[in-house]
Formats: sequence, structure tokens, C-alpha cells
Amino acid sequence: MTELITKLIIFLPLISGIFNGVLCKKIRNTEAAIVSTLAITIAAACAFKVFLIAGVNKEVIHVFISKWIYFSSVSVNWTIYVDQLTAIMFLLVTFVSTVVHIYSLGYMHDDKNLPKFLSYLSLFTFFMLALLSADNFLQLFFGWEGVGLCSYLLVGYYYHKDSANKAAIKAFLVNRVGDFAFIIGIIMMMLYAHSIEFKEVFAQSKLLAAMNIDILGHDFIVLDVICLMLFVGATGKSAQIGMHVWLPDAMEGPTPVSALIHAATMVTAGIFLVARCSPMFEHSQAVLVVITVVGAVTCLFAASIAIAQTDIKKIIAYSTCSQLGYMFFACGVSAYQVGIFHLVTHGFFKALLFLSAGSVIHAAHTQEIFEMGGIWKKMPVTYANFWMGSLAIIGIFPLAGFYSKDLVLEAAYEAGGVGEFAFVLGILAAILTAIYSFKIIVVVFHGKTRLTDSAFDHVHEAPTIMNLPLLILVAGTLFSGMIGYYLLSINNPAGYFSGAIFNLDEKHGEHHVSMLIQNLPLVVGITGSLIGIYCYKHGLNRRISEILRPIYLLLKNKYFFDEFYDKTFIRLTNTLSRWSGYFDVRIIDRFGPNGFSYMTRGFSWCVSQLQTGYLFSYALYVIFSLMLCITIFVFKYL
Amino acid sequence: MMISEISLEHYLILSCLLFSIGATGLFMNRKSVITILMAIELMLLAVNLNFVAFSIYLEDMVGQVFSIIVLSIAAAEVSIGLAILVLYFRNRGSIEIEDINQMKG
Amino acid sequence: MAIFFYLFASLLVFSSIMVISSRNPVHAVLWLIVTFCNGSGLMVLIGAEFLAMMLIIIYVGAVAVLFLFVVMMLNMNSAEFKGIIGGESSVGIVIAGFLFVDLVAVVLFSSKDVSPVYNLQFVVEPGVSNASAIARLLYTDFILPFQTAGIILFVAMIASIALTLRLRPGVKRQKPADQLKKSKENSLFLAKNTGKFGLSNLNYDD
Repeated sequence: MTELITKLIIFLPLISGIFNGVLCKKIRNTEAAIVSTLAITIAAACAFKVFLIAGVNKEVIHVFISKWIYFSSVSVNWTIYVDQLTAIMFLLVTFVSTVVHIYSLGYMHDDKNLPKFLSYLSLFTFFMLALLSADNFLQLFFGWEGVGLCSYLLVGYYYHKDSANKAAIKAFLVNRVGDFAFIIGIIMMMLYAHSIEFKEVFAQSKLLAAMNIDILGHDFIVLDVICLMLFVGATGKSAQIGMHVWLPDAMEGPTPVSALIHAATMVTAGIFLVARCSPMFEHSQAVLVVITVVGAVTCLFAASIAIAQTDIKKIIAYSTCSQLGYMFFACGVSAYQVGIFHLVTHGFFKALLFLSAGSVIHAAHTQEIFEMGGIWKKMPVTYANFWMGSLAIIGIFPLAGFYSKDLVLEAAYEAGGVGEFAFVLGILAAILTAIYSFKIIVVVFHGKTRLTDSAFDHVHEAPTIMNLPLLILVAGTLFSGMIGYYLLSINNPAGYFSGAIFNLDEKHGEHHVSMLIQNLPLVVGITGSLIGIYCYKHGLNRRISEILRPIYLLLKNKYFFDEFYDKTFIRLTNTLSRWSGYFDVRIIDRFGPNGFSYMTRGFSWCVSQLQTGYLFSYALYVIFSLMLCITIFVFKYL
Repeated sequence: MMISEISLEHYLILSCLLFSIGATGLFMNRKSVITILMAIELMLLAVNLNFVAFSIYLEDMVGQVFSIIVLSIAAAEVSIGLAILVLYFRNRGSIEIEDINQMKG
Repeated sequence: MAIFFYLFASLLVFSSIMVISSRNPVHAVLWLIVTFCNGSGLMVLIGAEFLAMMLIIIYVGAVAVLFLFVVMMLNMNSAEFKGIIGGESSVGIVIAGFLFVDLVAVVLFSSKDVSPVYNLQFVVEPGVSNASAIARLLYTDFILPFQTAGIILFVAMIASIALTLRLRPGVKRQKPADQLKKSKENSLFLAKNTGKFGLSNLNYDD
């Protein structure tokens, strides 16, 4: 029974995805909607049951589906492995996916190819679930690549728009760079640990920490290299600094896509990887330091860019990037449980924010916040959702973000060393978070409207089909923090995650910090929100941006990361590929296949010249060959 | 049948020369097809000379017998060749070499 | 004695060169006749007189005359050399020269080992004329090639006739098979007399 439920969770989205995808031209919107919604809802219900079994009761479910690859010492199977970590991620993914499915029935109801869209969403869910339920790195990588593929398909869904296509390719390419590092990590695991199953690799972590590998003349510890490669892969997927360039451009996709992929699921795959491999990461302190630094820098960096953006989806996208930084540095200070906790709560309120933004865009037909304004009376429900989501992200008691963000910052402070550096950056980012969250609320909903009169009259509340599923997200935003902290004791290593996440020293979770540090995030959040409200209500932002113009330009242009990458890597790659193209066409082709054909043609032209048609030429050939034969015999005799 | 200071090689070299001249006539002509047939006759004469010379010098009669047979075959061949030539002329109207180039290419 | 050999040989070579390089085809045939005569002279010199006479009778008397017939019938003009491919002549001469050199090389290298082998069967008998010596072999041991040569000549004759025979329409011929099959039914019929218009159902067929 348990096995059946577990299999249903994963295979129902796959079946509905394939069904909708194969028959997308033949079935009508209603049938596709029914199939996909039914599938995902049943999967969500099963996920809840599994969460009760595997998460709360802490029974590990391990279902064997089929054999996959067996060679020398490496054996890989298709399995479903559910422990507490997987169970809570299942819950998040299926619930958010259900919400998005139902929401997009309303948001995209006049789209020409709704079944295709629903099938992409379902396939994406399937791949994400396959990633989460893997018990070996290869199946995880299969899910990893699959979500990358589906994100490409979904971001480039409006394929007639040039910018959407470019954004989709950009997302895929940047992910690919991370995947390359991931593959190197897997290969090293195969070489040194002779296995790629989680159990066996984790058991050999201590051994791997003692082995050395020689790269370019320097000695490195094997486990460090493996963990670093895995982290680079996670960086690509979770849009940390350096490989974050795809995330804002991925807002070209429809808003439900952004909610599903870029808030709750795909970008969290990187953190899931780090948490899953906690036994390995715990034994490699150097990489943990790297993770902490990268995460902290990212969270401040992304928050600073978000202040200067004007597109509502881009602000929320950079906000996601910044919160991912929080989760990473939580993992970096060995507080994986807290990182996952923040991941779950963030999934709920970020999805809520994205979908509410979708309602706003749907109503106002524009994405620039400075073209909107004063619509809170017309969209009260969306307005309330935005308030809840923003308060959650800033970390106001008793919403979800309060608990998770607090715990993250406390863990960072406790860890000391580089953790304190992360703490400082995290506090600064919290201020900025509050500022930009209220930027959205004030500019979009309050003040004098900048919409045209006809557009303003057209603004209406979102239809029920779009608002109803948001209730689930609202419930999550309000209650998931409290449930996690009090009921599941999610931050206690001996609490919810015991056995699933490994900690080198088990003293985490006990609060040794002072009251000041405990309440600092809340204070900072309230301060920041007040600053934000004041600033934007009185239009101070324009004056500040003129005074600090260079900084403003730097932030608005995203620290010129895109331009930098363009001038270096892109130009380099383009030039190299152009040269290779020339080489291929001019040299290899000319001497290879084309050369052969020219030679053959030339030779056959020469030979055809012999066929003059005149009798005496043929007689000449006869005599000539006769002479040749006789000459050969004469020379043989000699 | 006396063997003088003219030895076998003289006759053989003579027949080789005649054969080469006949072969030259095969492809050196620019005129008509009849010349080809005449060159073939020359070559056959050279072969006959060869046979006869060997037969006399080796004191074996087989060479001359075979030479007679070759003679008759040559006659038959000439007759058929000329018949074909006449037919070709009837159909095409000309037996100049440069007009016979349908096998070009 | 050797002088005759060189005389005949040089005339032979000269006339054969003239054969292949004459402009006028009739001249070419006449030079061919001179070649044949010289060739037979050589054969007389070496002692095969029957063969020499055969050469004259068959080649000069039949083959060359046949050539002349065809040349006259086709009415070929001694046309000018149209000069299509001029550069090939040197290649041709070179190739023929090589051929000659090769053959001479073969002859010279191998004729050291040539010595009379006294074959008991076909040995030349002294005191017997050439014709008789040939005949002794031709009708006894070589009867099969002899008959085959005859058949070949026969076939050649049939082939020439069959190739060049033109049946002109309208020329009446005898058909012996029809003549033998004639009976009253297919040779006699009654024609109706219609008075002033003559006989009615009369149609001629052949």
C-alpha cells in the first residue's frame, strides 16, 4: 500500500504529462485540464500521506522500480527512496505544483495550446520528483537534467518572442556549465569510491577525505574536489553569484512557470543536493567555507540589485536569488536542517508572491511597476496576498519567514568565523529585502495611478480559479513556520531530520545566542520596511537615485555581469567556434569528403577524355596495352 | 631448304618490323576504315612469315600447315569485314574516320 | 644469296609503309599487292614455295581484288587530311617503336635456345616437294583443322551474303515451296464477265 502510494506520487505527473503532450493537438482544453489537475491533486494527496509515514513517523520507504546500469563495480537502479528530507520536499513540490496547475488554468485559459503547457508542467513535476527520490547520483542527475530541459521548454514557451528564446537558451547553457562540474564530481566518485549510490559513497566519506589527488602539480583532497564540483553544479542550478545570470531572464516565461520553477522547485534542487550529501560535505570543511561565502555574497548582491529594478517579476526573481543565498550559507555553517526549513517556507511565500504578481500583470497588462499605482481598492484579495507574502519574506512574527530566517541568521552567528561574516551580510540583506518588498507594495498598489483611464477601469480582481488555489499557499505562509518549529522541531538535529541529515557535531540547534541577536532580524526587518514605505511613498527614491547616480547605474545594470560575460566568454566562444567552423569547412571538408568527390570527378573527366569515339584511338589503346604486356614479360625475363 | 648466313633472327626481326608497321597503320591513319583492314592484312602477313621461318629452321612441317589455315581464315575475315563496311556505308553514307564517332564520351 | 633477302626485305618494308600512308585508297591497295608479292618472294627464298604460290593466289588474286572492288564501289575520294588530332601521331610512333623494340628484344633473347628438334612425326623429308609434304600432313593428321577452315569459309560466305543482301520490294522471285504447293484451288478462279466493264473480281497479287 505504501509502495503504491509512493509510486503514484511520481508516476501520475509523468502519465498526465505524456498524455497531454502526445495528444496536445487532438484534445480540447477542458479534457487536458481535467486530466492534469486530477493527476497532480491525487499526487499531492499521496505526498501528504507519505509525509505522514516517512516524515513524521520517520519510516524510510525504499521502492525498487527496475535495474538500470550494472557494470564492473558500479550498479545503479531506478528506485524511489523516501526519507524525511525527501518527504518534506515531496510535500512542497506537489502542493506548489497543484496550485500552479490550477492557477494556470485561469491565467492561460485563452492560450492556444494549453494542453502542451500543462504537459510541460506535469513533466517538470515528474522530473523534480525523480530527482528528489533518487538513491544514487545518476538518477539525481537524470532528474537534474530533466528539470533543466523542462525549464528550457517552459521559459521559451512564448516561442514567437525572440527574447524568450534567447532567455531559454541562456538558462539551459548556464545550467549546462554547472552540470559539467556535476558530471566531473560523479566521475571522481566512480573512480575513488567505486560506487555512485548515496549509501556507499556516504559511508566512504572519511576514506575519501584521506585520499589525495594531484591536479596540475598541486595536491588536493579527493573529497574536497568532489564536494566542490557538486557545489558548482548546485550553483548553476540555484543561481548563485557567477551563474545567476539566467534567473532574471527566465522571467520571460509565463508567470505560473516562474512560480513553479524559479520559486519553489528547480532552484531549490541545488540546496537539496547539498543537504542530501551532508555526510560528504561535513567532512570537507574547506568547501563548507566556500559555500558560506558564496551564499552570503549572493544574498547581499542580489538584494542590492533588486532595489534598482522596475519590472515586478525581476524584483521577485532577484529576491529569490537572495533568499537562495541565505539557504546556502545556512548549509555552509552545517545547519542543513535550517536551510531546508527556510527552503520550504520560502517556497510557499515566494510562490504566493509570484502568483499574485501574475494576477497584477493579468489585470494591468504591464510589468513595469512605475506604470501602475493605486489599484489596491480594485484588487483587495491580491493586495492582501502581497502583504502576507512580503511580511513573510521580511520575517515578521508569526509568519513563516520569521522562524526560518531567524534560525538561519542565528545558526550563522553561532558558527563563528566565516559564519559571522555571513551573519553581517545577511542582516544587511534583510534590510534591503524589506525595502524592495515594500517598494512593490507601495508603488504598485498605492499612490496616484499612472495607468491610463481605460486601463485603470479595466483592472479587476483575478477570477476565482486563480485565487482559490492561492489559499493553500496562504495557509503555508501563515502556518508552515510555526508547524515546522514547534511541531516538527525541524531545526533540532535529533528532531525531524534525524538520520536523514548528518551533522558532525550534534550540538546544533541549541540556542546559545543572546536575546539581541535573536531579535535582531525582526528589528532590522521592521526598520527596513518603515524606511521603504517612507521612501517610496514620498518619492524619495528618485532623489536618492540622482544623488547616488553611479551606484544606481551599477545596481540597475546588474553589476554589468551580463556585459562582462558577453565580452569575455561569449566572444571567446563565438570566435573559437567560428574558427572551428572555418577549419572544418575549409580544411577538413576540402580535403576530406569534398576533396574525394573533386578528385573522383576530375579523374573520371580525365578518363572520359579517353573515350574519343574514334576508332583509331581504341586501336591505339589495344596496341598500347599489348606493348605493355610484352614489356612486362621482357623485364621479368631480365 | 638450305640454311645460309641469313639466320632465323633475320626473318624474325623482319616479321617484327612488318608487324609494327601494320600496328602503326591501325591507329595512324586519318583517312578511312579500309586502311585499317589493309593494316590487318599486313600483320597477318608478318605472322605468316614468322610461322614459315620457324617451320623451315626447326625442320618441322606444322608451321606451314598452320600457315595455310591462317591464310584461309584471313580470307574469310576480309570478306566479312568488307561486307560490314559496305553495309555501314549504305547506312551512314560515309566511311571517313572523323565521321565515325558515335561512341564518344 | 643474301642479297636477294635484303632486296626482298627492303622492298617489303618500303611497300608496307607506302600502304599505310597513301592518300589514294586505290594506290594503297596496289602497294598492298606489291607487299604480298615481295612476301611470297621471301618465302620462295626460304624454301616454302607452295605457300608462296598460295599467298599470291589467295591474297593477291582474291583479297586484294576484293579490296579494289569495295574501294571502287564506295567511290572514296582521296580527300585531304582533315587534321583532327595532330598531336597524337608522335605518341603513336613512340608506342609502335616501343612495340618493335620489345619484340626484337624477345626475339634476340630467346632465339639462342632455338635448335632443331627432330620430331619424328612431322619431320621434313628430303626429296619431297613442298606441296606434297604439306599434303601428307594436312589430309591425315590435320584433317580436323582443315575441315574447320572449310566450314569457316562457308560460314563467312553465308554471312557476307546475308549481311549485304537487299531484298528490293517489287522484284519477283521464284519461291520453290509455293510452286510445289500449287493446286487447283489456289491457282484458278472464275471471273465474272460484266459486259462492258470487263472482268469484275479480278485482282492481281504476287
